Amino acid sequence: MNQAKVPVWVNIALIPLLNITLAFVISGLVIYAIGQNPIEAAGYMIYGAFGYSEGIGYTLYYATNFIFTGLAVCVAFKAGLFNIGGEGQAYIGGLGVGLVCLALDHTMPFIVIAPLAIIGAAVFGAAWAYVPAYLQARRGSHIVITTIMFNFIASSLMVYLMVNWLKGTQNMSLNSRTFEHSAWMPYLHTLLSPLGIDIGDSPVNLSFFWALLCCFGVWLLVWHTRWGYQLRTLGTNPTAAKYAGIDTAKVTIWVMMVSGALAGFVGLNEIMGVNHSLLLNFAAGYGFTGIAVALMGRNHPIGIFLAAILFGALYQGGAEVSFDMPQITPDIVVVVQGLVILFSGALEHMFKDRIEGFFIRRAAAAQEK
Amino acid sequence: MINTTIPYAIELRDISKRFGAVQANKDICLQVPKGSIHGIIGENGAGKSTLMSIIYGFYEADTGHIEVDGEIVNIRTSQDAIKAGIGMVHQHFMLVENFTVLENVMLGAEGGALLRKGVSKARTELKRLASQYSLDIDVDAIVEELPVGLQQRVEILKALYRGARILILDEPTGVLTPQEADHLFRILHSLKEKGVTVLLITHKLREILASTDNVSVMRQGEMVAHRETSKTNKEELAELMVGKKVRLTVNKEEAEPGKVVLSAKHLSQFDSQGVKRLKDVSLELRAGEILGIAGVSGNGQSELLNVLSGITVMSEGEIHFAGDVISATVPKTAAQVRDMGMAHVPEDRHKMGLVTGFEAYESAVLGYHNSPVYNGKFLMNRKVMLDECSTRMAAWDVRPPNPYLKTANFSGGNQQKIVIAREVEQNPDVLLIGQPTRGVDIGAIENIHEQIVSLRDAGKAILLVSVELDEIMALSDRILVMFDGAVVGELDAKDANERVLGLMMANSYSDDPRGEPA
Repeated sequence: MNQAKVPVWVNIALIPLLNITLAFVISGLVIYAIGQNPIEAAGYMIYGAFGYSEGIGYTLYYATNFIFTGLAVCVAFKAGLFNIGGEGQAYIGGLGVGLVCLALDHTMPFIVIAPLAIIGAAVFGAAWAYVPAYLQARRGSHIVITTIMFNFIASSLMVYLMVNWLKGTQNMSLNSRTFEHSAWMPYLHTLLSPLGIDIGDSPVNLSFFWALLCCFGVWLLVWHTRWGYQLRTLGTNPTAAKYAGIDTAKVTIWVMMVSGALAGFVGLNEIMGVNHSLLLNFAAGYGFTGIAVALMGRNHPIGIFLAAILFGALYQGGAEVSFDMPQITPDIVVVVQGLVILFSGALEHMFKDRIEGFFIRRAAAAQEK
Repeated sequence: MINTTIPYAIELRDISKRFGAVQANKDICLQVPKGSIHGIIGENGAGKSTLMSIIYGFYEADTGHIEVDGEIVNIRTSQDAIKAGIGMVHQHFMLVENFTVLENVMLGAEGGALLRKGVSKARTELKRLASQYSLDIDVDAIVEELPVGLQQRVEILKALYRGARILILDEPTGVLTPQEADHLFRILHSLKEKGVTVLLITHKLREILASTDNVSVMRQGEMVAHRETSKTNKEELAELMVGKKVRLTVNKEEAEPGKVVLSAKHLSQFDSQGVKRLKDVSLELRAGEILGIAGVSGNGQSELLNVLSGITVMSEGEIHFAGDVISATVPKTAAQVRDMGMAHVPEDRHKMGLVTGFEAYESAVLGYHNSPVYNGKFLMNRKVMLDECSTRMAAWDVRPPNPYLKTANFSGGNQQKIVIAREVEQNPDVLLIGQPTRGVDIGAIENIHEQIVSLRDAGKAILLVSVELDEIMALSDRILVMFDGAVVGELDAKDANERVLGLMMANSYSDDPRGEPA
C-alpha cells in the first residue's frame, strides 16, 4: 500500500513544542497586558527553575509529585478509564505513609520503614481507588463521577482523622507529631554532601528516584506484559477485549488500583520527604495537575517525565517570578498552566492535522520521485 | 457513444481527490444521460463512495468540476447539491426513527417557524409524489415500525420532495432481502420513466446487469471502463473490477461429515432491552462439514455467534461441546471456550477481531495473549510474537509482511487474513466464521474461500455466517436460514438456489410461493 508516514519526531516533539511555545507566547501577552515586562518575567522564571542548584532542586521536588500523579492518570487512561481521583488517592496514600511512620519511627530503622511506607502508600492509594473501580466494573457507576466524589470524601475523612485521632499533642495546628529521623526520606543534598557535592538546600529527596523507577515500571507493565496487553486492548477496543475473553471488570479494578497506588506515592515525597509529619491538604492540586501532565506527556512515561519537569519548573519558576516581580501574583502560574493545558490538551489538533498533512504530502512527493 | 448534443443529466470532468497520501479519485470522467439508470461498480475501496460524496457535497474535489444539465455547478455543501437537484439515499438511512414518515420527509424543509402550514403542504405534496411515482406509503406511520424496504422508500421520497431529479443510491440492497431488492428496482424503473436519473452504486454484479442502462467500473480510484449494460456480462465486469480473471465458484469435493462435535439445543438470547434476539435455535455441527447460516443481516446471526463463542451468555438452552455442557447456569467465558478448541473469526473485524491501534504482531495474538507460548514469567516474549507473525504473514501472503505496521494500515483483505490466520493456526476443532469476505477484494476472497474448504477437508467443523448468498451457496455443505432470531429452514446445499434461499430469508417460503414480500 502506498501509505506515506509522518516522521515520528513530528508527533512526539515538534507538535508538543509548538503547542507549548504558543501557550508561553499567550502567557507573555497576558503579562504584558497587566503592565509587566514578559521577557523579564520569563528570565526570572527560567532562572528560578533552572538557574541555580536550589532552584533545580525545587523543580525536581515538584516534578516528583507530578510524575506520580501523571503516571497514575496514564495507566488508567491506557485502559480507557479517566481517573480524576488522583487528588484523593494521593491524599489517602499519604495517610498510609504517615501511619507507617508514626507507628514505627521510634523502633525501626529507615531501611525497614522505607519499604513499608512504600507499601503503605500503595495499599492506601489502591484501596481508595478500589471503591470507584468496583462501582464502575460491577455496578456501572461512572468512574469520573465517583472518583471526583471520592476526592471530597478523602478530604473530609482526613480532617476527621486529624482532628480526632492524629493531631499531635504538642502543637496548635492540625499536624501530627513530627517523625523521628528514621522516618525521614533522605534529602539529595544530605546524601551528596559526604561526596563533596554541594547542591544547595532543597526539598528534593530519594522519592525522586522512586518516581523514575515507577516510570520504568509503568513502561514495562503497560507495554511488555500480558496484563498491559489486556489493559491496552480494553482501552482501545472494549468489544475486542470481550471477544478475546478478557475479564473487563477484573482489569478495570486492578488497573484503577495500580493507578491509585501510583498517586498514593505522592505521600512519600510530601509526608516522608518534606513535611515529616501528617498534615492537611499536602496533596493540593497535584492530583489534578497530573491529568495535564499525562495529557502533555501523551500518556507515555518518557513524555510524562518531561512534562512533569516542565510543570515542576512552572511551579518553582512561578514562585520566583512573584517574588522578584511583586505585581505578578503566584496566580500567574495557574494562568500559564491553564494555557499549557489548553493548547496541548484541548487544542491539540489545532496544528496537528495541518502539520501532519504537510509531512504526508512531502513524503508522498518524495515517493513519487 | 451517446448523442452529445443533448446535455447530460450529470457530467463529471477530471475529478480528483486525495486524502493525505491516498489518491481516492483520479481524473474521474463520467457522463450520465438524462432519465437513465447508471451503475457504478467497483470493489470496496475503489473510490465509489468518495466520488458520490463529492457529487453530494460532503467533500470538495481537489480538481475538476461537475456539470448538471450542461451547466457547471459549484457544489460545496449538500445544500448546494440539493439545489442542483441531486438527492442521495445513503447506505445507512439518515432517518429519525421515532418520527413519522411525514416528519422525516419535512426535516430540513419545514418551511417556517411554525409547523402547521408546512405540514399540510408536505402532506399534499407527498400524496402527489407517491401517486406520481407509485411509491405508496402511510405518511403517518412511525419510521422505526416500518420494514427496511419501506424505510428506504421514505429516503427516496425525501429526496424527491426536495426536488431531486438525479438520485444517487449508495449500496441500496445491502440491507434488503432479494425480494425487497427486486421491488426497489421496479421503483427505480418507474422513476426513470418519469425522467429521474438514477446513479446506482454497488459492488453486486447481478444488480448492475439486471437493472441499469449503462455501467461504469471503478478500480483503485480510477474510472477504468464505461459499458452499455446490454453489451457486457458478469465475467467482463468482474474482470474489469479486479483487473484479472476471477473464478466465481469454489472447487470443492463432496463433504464427508464425521461425528457431531458441537450441538446447540434450544438456544435463546434476550438483549439488554429484553427483546428476544435468538429464538430457540438448535443445531448440530459435524466434523468435516461447512454449515452455512444464511439470512439478512440482523436476524440473530450475530447473537448466535456470540453465544456459541462465549462472548455473551445465553438466556436459555445449552451447548454440548468438547465433552462439556455450557448453559445459562454453567456458563463459560470466551477465553474458556477458546481453550476448549473453538476458534472464532468475528463478523466485524474492526470492532471485534482486531485492535486497529495495535501493531500487527500484537493483534495477531488477540485472545491467545495469555498462552505460555507468548509469555515469560512476567514479560511477554516479543521475539516469539514477532517471529510467529512474520512466518504467518509469509504463509498467508499478508501484504505488506511487516509485523510492526499498525493494524489499521493494512487493507481490509489483509486484516482479514491476519484474523483468519490467527484463528486457524490454533488448529481448532470448531471454527466459527462470520462474514469471512466482507469488505475483502475479490482476489483475496478466492484465497480465503480455498482456506476454508481445505480446513473442512482436514476434518474441522465449520460454522459459516454470511449475508452473501453467493458465498453461502459456494461454500456450505448444509444451509440453515435464520429469520427474526429463529432458524426457519434447513436444506442441503445441493437443493439451494437463490430464489429458495431468498424466500426463506424473508420467511415467506411456505406461505407464499410466489415470493412477493409482505
